[in-house]
Formats: sequence, C-alpha cells, structure tokens
Amino acid sequence: MERIPILKMGEYLLVTIQVDMHDRLAMSLQDDLTSKIVSARAKGVLIDISALEMVDSFIGRMFGDIAAMSRVLDAETVVVGMRPAVAITLVELGLSLSGVRTALNIERGMDLLRGLLESRGDGAGSAD
Amino acid sequence: MLVPLTENRSISTSEDVVAVRQAVRQRAVDLGFNLVDQTKIVTAASELARNTLQYGGGGTLLIEEVLQGSRRGIRLVFEDNGPGIPNIELAMKDGYTTGNGLGLGLSGAKRLSNEFSIQSRPGEGTRVTIVRWR
Repeated sequence: MERIPILKMGEYLLVTIQVDMHDRLAMSLQDDLTSKIVSARAKGVLIDISALEMVDSFIGRMFGDIAAMSRVLDAETVVVGMRPAVAITLVELGLSLSGVRTALNIERGMDLLRGLLESRGDGAGSAD
Repeated sequence: MLVPLTENRSISTSEDVVAVRQAVRQRAVDLGFNLVDQTKIVTAASELARNTLQYGGGGTLLIEEVLQGSRRGIRLVFEDNGPGIPNIELAMKDGYTTGNGLGLGLSGAKRLSNEFSIQSRPGEGTRVTIVRWR
C-alpha cells in the first residue's frame, strides 16, 4: 500500500505531501507520524503542503488531529507552504485551522519550531 | 471541442473521490476558471463526493458544462440511493454531523458554490446540485 514518506532530520520530522491524498492515505499518514514521533523521539514536525492543490475538511481535520496528537507526545507541529488559493478556499469552507501552527515556507517553519522549543526551555533545536 | 460536455462518474471508493477532484479540476481548467475558482469548485466537489460515499453508500456524479448568456460554468450533480437526510435544515448547519467529520461538508460546499440545491427523501436517497460560474 502506498505511504507518504516521513524523513528524520535531527530531532525534527519532515513530511512533504506530494500526492492528492485519498482519505485512507491521510489516515495512515496520521498513524505513521504519531508512531514515528515516539520512535524517533522527535521534538518537532514540519508538514510541507506546498504541492497540495486543495485542502478539504477531511485533510484540514487531519492537520488539526496531528497537531493535537503531537502536542500530547511532547512535539510541536508546523504546517508550511499553503498556497494562497488553498488558504482562501479553506476559510470560505469554514475551516480556520485553529490549533495548527502555520508558516509560509520550510525555512520559516523551522525557525518557528526552534523558537517554540527554546521558549519552552527545551534547549532543543539549538544544536545541529 | 473534443471534450464531452457531460461526464458521468461513479463514486464507490475513496480513490474515486480523488478521481472526482481531478476530473472537476480538469473541467474547470478547460473552461478557463482562475486558480481560486478552480480550487473552490474542486474543494466543494471533494466534500460532496465524500458525503455521497460515506452517507449515501456510494453513488454517481454528473459533470456538466452550463451556459447562460455569455456566462459559462460547471454544474455538478451528486446522486445516491442511500438512507437520505431526514432533516435537511439541520444537515445544512455548520458543525452538524451524524458521522465523525467536522460537519462542514454541505454547508461548506454551499459557501463555495454560486448555486446550491439539495433534494432528499428518507429511504430513497439524496441529490445535491451545485453550479459555479466562471
């Protein structure tokens, strides 16, 4: 079965979604990611959606769930790279992604993660 | 134009929902919709296709190009023979769901469309029609 790859970069996990996900694939990403946060002892998760041409309520809810689950597992999640047309549509759909941190691109997302981890006195993110 | 003006698709798996998104996107591109309007109709189609699958037990989508004066648009008709919706007014409310979703499917799809109508009979099925003009 197809899977969305999860890359480990130091204490962060990077997920780049490059396919139009059907619902089961989105659910398996959620499961894989929560397992990986634990097994990799990740402190942060970056989800790059710059290739996504659409985010509907199911995918939007998945981002919210991933953010909540990672928080419970002591990790922060940042969704990066949302296209402007996707953002406009998402808000009109009625979804504001409250509870999900977002950043314009991977670089800014990485900065945001570092800042979050430093401010909670983790000291993580300052290394490598 | 070689592209047919109407197209019928069946919706019976979650892969079909993805195929619906791609077919609607292609039609919107062919009709010259701008990127935001493409995204809106594709997102509305995705919500309604998922409803057809999850609540209607599967069904069909008819994609039609429509013409009104010089305006061109896309009409999408989602039909299922599922259990139907006993209370449409309630089902149209933001946040109301009988499943485990966010309850934004119908209300959100309506906001993303220029025209929206729904017919449903308990025990017979549901038909949702939307139009988005270019």
